[in-house]
Amino acid sequence: MSTDGTLVEVTDLSVGYGSVRAVDALSFRLERGAALGLVGESGSGKSTVASALLGLHRGTGAVVQGTVRVAGVDVGAASEAELRRLRGGTAAMVFQDPLSSLDPYYAVGDQIAEVYRVHHKASRRAARARAVQVLDRVGIPDAVRRARARPHEFSGGMRQRALIAMALACEPELLVADEPTTALDVTVQAQILDLLHTLREETGMGLLLVTHDVGVAAESVDDVLVMRNGVEVEHGPVATVLGSPARTYTRRLLKSVPRVDVPRARRPAEAEQGQEPTSAEVVLEAVGVRRVFGRGARAFAAVDDVSLQVRRGEALGIVGESGSGKTTLGRMLVGLLDPSAGQVRREGVAVRGVRPDVQMVFQDPVSSLNPRRSVGESVADPLRARGERDPAVRERVLALLERVGLEPAHYDRYPHEFSGGQRQRIGIARALAADPRVLVCDEPVSALDVTTQAQVVELLDELRRELGLALVFIAHDLAVVRQVSDRLAVMRRGRVVEHGPADEVYESPREAYTRQLLAAVPVLDPGLAALRRAERRELTVTQM
Amino acid sequence: MKALHGFAGFALRRTLGAVVTLLAISVIVYVVFYAAPGDVAQITCGPRCSPAQVHQVAEQLRLDDPLYVRYLHFLQGVVAGHDYSTGTSVEHCSAPCLGLSYQSDQQVTQLILAKLPVTGSLALGAMVLWLLLGVGTGVLAAWRRGRLDERILTGITLAGWATPVFVIGLLLMVLICGQLQLLPFPQYVPFTEDPEQWAWNLLLPWLSLALIEAAKYARLTRSAMLETLAEDHVRTFRAYGVGERAIVGRHALRGAVGPLIALNANDLGSLFGGAVLTESLFGLPGIGRELVHAVNVVDLPVVVGLVVLTGFFVVLANAVADLLYAVADRRTVLS
Repeated sequence: MSTDGTLVEVTDLSVGYGSVRAVDALSFRLERGAALGLVGESGSGKSTVASALLGLHRGTGAVVQGTVRVAGVDVGAASEAELRRLRGGTAAMVFQDPLSSLDPYYAVGDQIAEVYRVHHKASRRAARARAVQVLDRVGIPDAVRRARARPHEFSGGMRQRALIAMALACEPELLVADEPTTALDVTVQAQILDLLHTLREETGMGLLLVTHDVGVAAESVDDVLVMRNGVEVEHGPVATVLGSPARTYTRRLLKSVPRVDVPRARRPAEAEQGQEPTSAEVVLEAVGVRRVFGRGARAFAAVDDVSLQVRRGEALGIVGESGSGKTTLGRMLVGLLDPSAGQVRREGVAVRGVRPDVQMVFQDPVSSLNPRRSVGESVADPLRARGERDPAVRERVLALLERVGLEPAHYDRYPHEFSGGQRQRIGIARALAADPRVLVCDEPVSALDVTTQAQVVELLDELRRELGLALVFIAHDLAVVRQVSDRLAVMRRGRVVEHGPADEVYESPREAYTRQLLAAVPVLDPGLAALRRAERRELTVTQM
Repeated sequence: MKALHGFAGFALRRTLGAVVTLLAISVIVYVVFYAAPGDVAQITCGPRCSPAQVHQVAEQLRLDDPLYVRYLHFLQGVVAGHDYSTGTSVEHCSAPCLGLSYQSDQQVTQLILAKLPVTGSLALGAMVLWLLLGVGTGVLAAWRRGRLDERILTGITLAGWATPVFVIGLLLMVLICGQLQLLPFPQYVPFTEDPEQWAWNLLLPWLSLALIEAAKYARLTRSAMLETLAEDHVRTFRAYGVGERAIVGRHALRGAVGPLIALNANDLGSLFGGAVLTESLFGLPGIGRELVHAVNVVDLPVVVGLVVLTGFFVVLANAVADLLYAVADRRTVLS
C-alpha cells in the first residue's frame, strides 16, 4: 500500500471496444479523502473510466492501455487474487440502477454479508451482524428486520442505501459511484447525496462520482473533470469549472442545464401580444377524476379527485415524484385509461377513449417506436388509420419530419439508426400527424442528455406557439418543467397539492411539500449547494 | 404474518384451479372415449356371443343410459365408490373407484395401484439422474461457455436429445448386458422385496430416460444461467471481489431454479402416466404397458382411468411446482 497521499492515479488511460475508443489518453489523480466528479454526456466514456478503476474490463475483450493505480495497486498488472481484494475491499462501487444491482433471490443483508465474508474472515453470524450495522448506518429503519427482506420489498431509495451499505461494509478507501442517483426522485436524490457527504466526512474515504448531472456534481465533489468523446475537456476545482468555465463545451453544457431558479425565457413577440392564458378557451379538462387500481383490500387510488384545465396555446406542467399519479393522470387525459370516477372533457364535452385531437408523446423513444418498421411508416400510422393514402401521406410525413428537425431521407430508416434525441423528435412527429390540439408529453426528455434535452424542449415550445397547441408537460424534473410551463400543478399521492401560475409556484410556494421538492433540486453553485444542504437538514429535523 | 396469509391464499387458489382443471380433463376424456364409434358390448362379450348375450352385457355396462348419466355415475364412483353385483355376490369398489375392467372384471383402481410402483420407480429414479446429469452439464456449460470442452459437452447432450429411447435403450442393453455382461438383462424386482436388485435392474431404464431428458435440462440451465450472468446484479458481485465460482454456483444457478421446477414438473407428471416406450423396451410391467394393452383390447374403463390418472399427475405436479416456485421466488405470490 502506498503511503503518500495519492489514492488514485490514472495515466494515459485508453479503453477501446473494437474500433471504438471509449476513453482516449486520460490522466488524473485523486488524493486520499478527496472527491472528484467525472461529468459528461452519454458516450463521453465516464462510466468506462469508473469500470477501469476496478479492472472490470478484464476478460470482456476491451483493450485497455495506460496505467491505473488504486491505493498503490496497479490494476492492469494485478493478479486475479489481488484484483478481488481490491474490489470491494479497497475500492467499492455503487451502480446506477438500484433495482437491478441486487440479486432478487437473496435477502439484502445476506448479500452484504456475502461480500463482507469475501474480504474478512468472519462467521456467517458476524457477517450478518456487520450487514445490519451498515444498513443501520445508511439510515435503513429497523435494520435488523429489514436485513432479511428481498430487494423487491425495498423502495428505490432504500435499495440505493443498501448498495451504499454494501460498499461501506469493508471500509473501502475509495468509493466509485456511477450515476448513483439518476434513477431516483429528486428528494431521494438529495437524501442519498447528503448521505454520501456525511459518510465521507466521517470515514475519510475518497469519492469518484460519475454523473451526467452537473448539479449533482456541484453538490458533492471538490474537483470536477468534464469529459467528451473519451477525452478530458476541462479539469479543476468545482467552483472554478462551473463558475468560470474556460472551454466552450463546458459553457455550452452549463447553459443547457435547466435552471429551477431562473424563470422561463419568454419570447418578445409573446410578451407583446400579452396573451392572457386565462382568457383562451379550455380545450381539455379533467373534472374530479379518480382512478383506482386493484380490487378489494388492495385497491388504491393512483389519482384521486383531480380537476385541471388546459387552455388553448398554454403549457401546463405537472410535477411529482414517482408514484404521485402524474403518469396515470396523463393517460386519462389522452384517453388511454378511463377514469374510475369523474370526467375528462374536450372542448366542454365529456369523452372516453383516444381521439385525434389529444395526442401523447412518450418517455422512452426507444420502446415506443416499432423497431421493425421504418420511422416514416411509424409517423404515417395515424394518417393511414384515418384513411388517407399515398402520395398524400408520404408528403405529409416528409413535411412533419422536416418540421421536427429531421431530414426527408430519414423516412425509410429504422429507429436504431437514430440517437435518443432524434427518436424523441420522431415520436413528436407521430403525435403531430393526427393534427392534435393538445400534446400530452410524459417525461419527454428524461432519457436525454442535457444539451439534447434543451433542443427538444425548445422544439416543443416552438410547436406550441406556431400551431397554437396546448402542452401538458409531465416530468419529475422541476427545472425542466419550469423552462416550459405557463402554469404548474404539483402532485403528491394522487392529488394536486398546489396549482397556479408557474413562476408564482416556483418563487413563492405555498405548500411545505413544494418547498421540500424545490429545496432538493441540485444547484450549480457549490457554495449555494452547501447552504441548501444545511437547509435540508433543518427541514428534516423540523419534520421529525 | 401478512406474507403467510398471502401464501395461504395463493395455495388455496392454486389448488382450486387444479381441481377444476381435473374435472374438465375427466369430462373430455370420458366423452372422447365413450362417444367413439364401435359396439362396446359386442367387443367386450367377444365374437361368439349371441345377440341376447350382447344385450345382457350392454345392460350390465349401463350402455343404454345417456352419456352424461354415465359420466355422473363415473364421477360418483370416483368420489364415493360403487357396489357391483357380479351375479352371485356383491363386490365393493371403494373410492376412488374408476370402474371395472371389461376384460378381467378387476377394479381399475386396483389394477393401476398394482402397476404404479413400477412406473413410479422408473420415473423418480430417472428424474434424479437427469437432474444430476442435465443441471450439472448446464452449469458446466455456462461456466466454460464458448470453450472447446463446453461445445463438446453441449454436442453430446444434443445427440442424446435427438436419439429415440428405443435406440439408446437397445444400445445400452446390447453393450452392457450383451457384450460386456456387466448387468443381467433388466427384470423388474419390487423395491420391497430386494432394494439392491431393484436398483440394479432399473439402472439401464433410468439411464436411457435420463440421457434423453438431460439435454433439455442442460440447455435450460445453461441459457437461464447465461441470462442471469449478463444481469446487473452479477456485475455488482464481480465488482465486490466475489469469486467466479460463487457467482456461477450461487447467483447464476439461482436464476435457473424457477424454470427447472416448471419443466421438471411437466416431465415427471407425464412420466407417471406411463413411459410407454421405455417400459415396453425393458419389459417393465408399468402403467405405460398396461395402457397399450388396454387400448389394444378396447378396455375402455381402464383406458379412461389411465388417461385421467395421467392428467391427475400432470396437474398435481404443476400445482406442486407452482407452490415450490412461489417459495423459491417470493415475488410470485404478490402478482
